[in-house]
Amino acid sequence: MNARVTLATAERVLRQLRRDPRTLALVLVVPPVLLTLFRYVFDGQPQTFDRVGGPLVGLFPFISMFLVTSIAMLRERTSGTLERLMSLPLGKLDLLLGYALAFAVVAGAQALVTSTVAFWLLGLDTAGPVWLVVALAVGNALLGMGLGLFLSAFASTEFQAVQFMPAVVIPQLLLGGLLVPRERMARPLELASDAMPLTYAYDALARATQIGELDGRIWLDVGVLAGSVVLALALGAATLRRRTS
Amino acid sequence: MGAAEAVTVRGLRVRRGGALVLPGLSLAVRTGTVTGLLGPSGSGKTTLMRAIVGVQRVEAGEVTVLGDSAGTTVLRRRVGYVTQAPSIYADLSVRENLRYFARVLGVPRERVDEAIATVDLRPQAGQVVRTLSGGESARVSLATALLGAPDLLVLDEPTVGLDPVLRRDLWAAFHRLAEQGTTLLVSSHVMDEAERCDELLLLRGGRLVAAGTPRELLDRTGATDLEQAFLTLAEGL
Repeated sequence: MNARVTLATAERVLRQLRRDPRTLALVLVVPPVLLTLFRYVFDGQPQTFDRVGGPLVGLFPFISMFLVTSIAMLRERTSGTLERLMSLPLGKLDLLLGYALAFAVVAGAQALVTSTVAFWLLGLDTAGPVWLVVALAVGNALLGMGLGLFLSAFASTEFQAVQFMPAVVIPQLLLGGLLVPRERMARPLELASDAMPLTYAYDALARATQIGELDGRIWLDVGVLAGSVVLALALGAATLRRRTS
Repeated sequence: MGAAEAVTVRGLRVRRGGALVLPGLSLAVRTGTVTGLLGPSGSGKTTLMRAIVGVQRVEAGEVTVLGDSAGTTVLRRRVGYVTQAPSIYADLSVRENLRYFARVLGVPRERVDEAIATVDLRPQAGQVVRTLSGGESARVSLATALLGAPDLLVLDEPTVGLDPVLRRDLWAAFHRLAEQGTTLLVSSHVMDEAERCDELLLLRGGRLVAAGTPRELLDRTGATDLEQAFLTLAEGL
């Protein structure tokens, strides 16, 4: 591990994003716009918006960073830059942490913008502290990044990479408790949701925004989330090969 | 100086996508030379270069580079590799690309401007790579390989699509580097570049057809130019 290489990589990734202001704008603007839409769709049922809105603030970065990372890594693979980096004195961990650092910055900005709109402009209530929602959002962004990185190895075109998003994200959103409480689902589905990292991400966000009580269970969620991030990054690292056929 | 041979390949066998690209290749590249790797496309030039750089999975054989086994961690600092397609970030400027690779290599910032000057891209230094021509992008890719002042430079068709003046200048730069002790392995399928090399390796169908200086190859075949010499050698198989 080398801090110089990690920082250089993070700076390079941010520079590339800055060269693409449209993507950056979409990442920052789409979540608050969607939340606003939610707010007025559920105008007659404010309690539904209160239940779903808070967790959504923390779940958007998961989806954004999953997409951004899978495309960015696919480009590294197809443009030959990954092969070049792998032939240089650069550790796989340096590359991964560089990406993680850059995307954590973007995810933090995204969560701040979305929280500001949600909690101040839309009057969303949160029982717990806003910083916790933002911190969980950044954690989810890293999870999305790790999974995007891993799955990009199985995509040979950008079309394929984009299609991995609904395949990986939507089942987790459906089963994670956001739409229907997990205990009300059929037993096999509930068991399946136990094995999905987004279940714990949602649970932590729901506890932070609705109960506001930072009891033992939320730290279990955070622990599972952190473990999933490490596992996803390790799986992603395993797809970075120095030698290819 | 170090050993007489910068690269030694023995019994190298490589299969790519089911096809046996290199059936058992042996050759050597002398230290401090500009060695041309020539052969038609599909003859295994790129595969051989990838094996020397250590990014190619090999089935059998030995590749020794600067005294170490190819692909060893210490070699990542000592070997520069330029792929046929420019492997640089299209959404960054020339200078931003080079600064990033310079930081990865841990070389001082001044090296960036030197490398840009060597490939004659000073006027384009601030330009985003996507807006450059094919030849200019190829030169950015080449410049990144020059940054670390490597002992061995492996260049896969570095002069494709460049105008004659620039081609001549780059070959002059290659020879300057060789005089300073760098070994260069340069692939090409253009025969008129062969005469600019100190030594030649002719590859065909994954096998070494001939090796030697341009003079030696001409003498051996009695040909008047290298194109004719290669035809004689290839048909004599």
